[in-house]
Amino acid sequence: MTQAARAVHEIQESLPGERALLAGGAPIVLESGARLGSVTVAYRTWGTLNAARSNAVLICHALTGDQYALGMHPVTGKPGWWQHMVGPGKAIDTDRFFVICPNCLGGCMGSTGPAAIDPATGELYGTSFPMITIGDMVDVQARLLDELGIEQAMCVVGGSMGGMQVLEWAARYGERVASAVPIAAAARHSAQNIAFHEVGRQAIMTDPDWCDGFYYRHGKRPEAGLSVARMAAHITYLSEPALWRKFGRALQDRYAKSYGFEADFQVESYLRHQGTSFVERFDANAYLYITRAMDYFDLEAEFEGDLARAWQGTKTRFLLVSFTSDWLFPTSESKEVVRALNRACANVSFVEIESDRGHDAFLLDEPDLFATVGGFLASVARERGA
Amino acid sequence: MSLLSGAQDRFNLGDNAFGLRPDLALVASTIAPETRLLDVGCGDGVLLEYLVKQRRCDGRGMEISQAGVNACVARGLPVVQGDADRHLLDYPDDSFDYAILSHTFQAVHRPREVLRQLLRIADVAIVSILNYGQWRARLSMVVRGRMPHTRTIAQPWFETANIRPCTVRDFLDLVRIEGARCGRAWGIAKEREVTAIKPGFEGQANLFADQAVFELLRPPQPKRRRR
Repeated sequence: MTQAARAVHEIQESLPGERALLAGGAPIVLESGARLGSVTVAYRTWGTLNAARSNAVLICHALTGDQYALGMHPVTGKPGWWQHMVGPGKAIDTDRFFVICPNCLGGCMGSTGPAAIDPATGELYGTSFPMITIGDMVDVQARLLDELGIEQAMCVVGGSMGGMQVLEWAARYGERVASAVPIAAAARHSAQNIAFHEVGRQAIMTDPDWCDGFYYRHGKRPEAGLSVARMAAHITYLSEPALWRKFGRALQDRYAKSYGFEADFQVESYLRHQGTSFVERFDANAYLYITRAMDYFDLEAEFEGDLARAWQGTKTRFLLVSFTSDWLFPTSESKEVVRALNRACANVSFVEIESDRGHDAFLLDEPDLFATVGGFLASVARERGA
Repeated sequence: MSLLSGAQDRFNLGDNAFGLRPDLALVASTIAPETRLLDVGCGDGVLLEYLVKQRRCDGRGMEISQAGVNACVARGLPVVQGDADRHLLDYPDDSFDYAILSHTFQAVHRPREVLRQLLRIADVAIVSILNYGQWRARLSMVVRGRMPHTRTIAQPWFETANIRPCTVRDFLDLVRIEGARCGRAWGIAKEREVTAIKPGFEGQANLFADQAVFELLRPPQPKRRRR
């Protein structure tokens, strides 16, 4: 391993929080058939597991999220990505529930991913890391719950890709999920979403610093590519009304157009900032692998073209939430899941929340979201005496 | 525990320990315990909660307003945000024993289609309506020359959600046109006095009841296979 690669590895090892080596490091078989050894999950927990082990809430993060849902982020120094939703007295109440948030398989914040060491070679994986799926991520989370001695989660909750994981959880391990809350999610990734992801991946892979995915050993990072990928993706998380309200056509630090290609407009400056700050905390290969996992996600295909089969006879209670201005995971996608759940005779609640903040609304201060999720969780907890 | 005293043809709806509106108490009394039901337009879920918790029904709700859905979800009730005009289609045939529409039927855009959908997804539809044929409503219209305004029909025409005002007779005509059957039916006067509507005496109910509750059944047909 080169000096540069070792540095990448050491940063990952030094992140605060817990780590679990699954099944003593024995290899797990991925959906693709590939085997992956020494799978480690980095995770954080808040609150206390009760004696009956019945109050566990598993949070699944989104594409660029991580285990730091609450509390200061060790790299950016910013508050946790779900600080509005999770915490003492919040909808996901850490005073009442034992909250677990793992970094997903393929992630870059301490869980096994392309920036981890391949035990077979002693080198960092890079693009020799096997392809992973949403199902693989869920399998790894299930094994983490095994390690923690939690037979059944009171709730599995997450937004966007996290919501995909929630749906997969309920399909694969229904008996281990008392309630499922997929927010701003879908049962499959749409053609448009795959298209956007491909733009991001091409931006990364055409960056000469990507080095076919082995940039770690050369001490390089495809920062320009990853930054452009983030900029393009970030637009899809917002909405035209939100962009207009925030920036309009306002100019950045100037009174007149520059007649050049600097970031004249505030919206350009904002996006560039989003791009550059993202590369500080995220690994380009992880971005490639995780976006691919999302693209491959299609529960309907997994269950022979009938989505209802995914949850036939389920006892899990579902709450689905969508946002009116979310065009990345629009309400229609959530409704499709609701229809399938109705066909499966599942216990399902669904709310579409009025917001003009686009897909990102699930991360923001949305009181209706918290009231809905909080009320739902309280009733689930009441039912199981947690 | 029954909310009604006996099965007489005339009785009064008293206050109940569950705070159900009298017409909802009447609707609730028509539902057999431990059945599967869908409350369409369930509002804040007061009736649904009673049926789920007191009558041990497997109850689901549909509600158009976000505030209503939030209230229901917070009560632990399974409710989806939806519109009776469009989203009944999402349920498979024979999903429920009962579909309930309390004060919802007159608020839909396509009552015929809604009625068809109700009897497709449920064996029995329980529908309650405001009766625009009640004598006060008639008098109000004749004397004042304006849309009915009574204690029950309290909202002005430009505010009311009831975009499909009808009378007991009108409603029964629709049931007949659609080929459905009307089972038991009751008129409610002064919000409390219940009178069973017997065949041949619909005119009486049409004149005196300010609200009415109908039990609608599928047209007679070869027994369908249940799920």
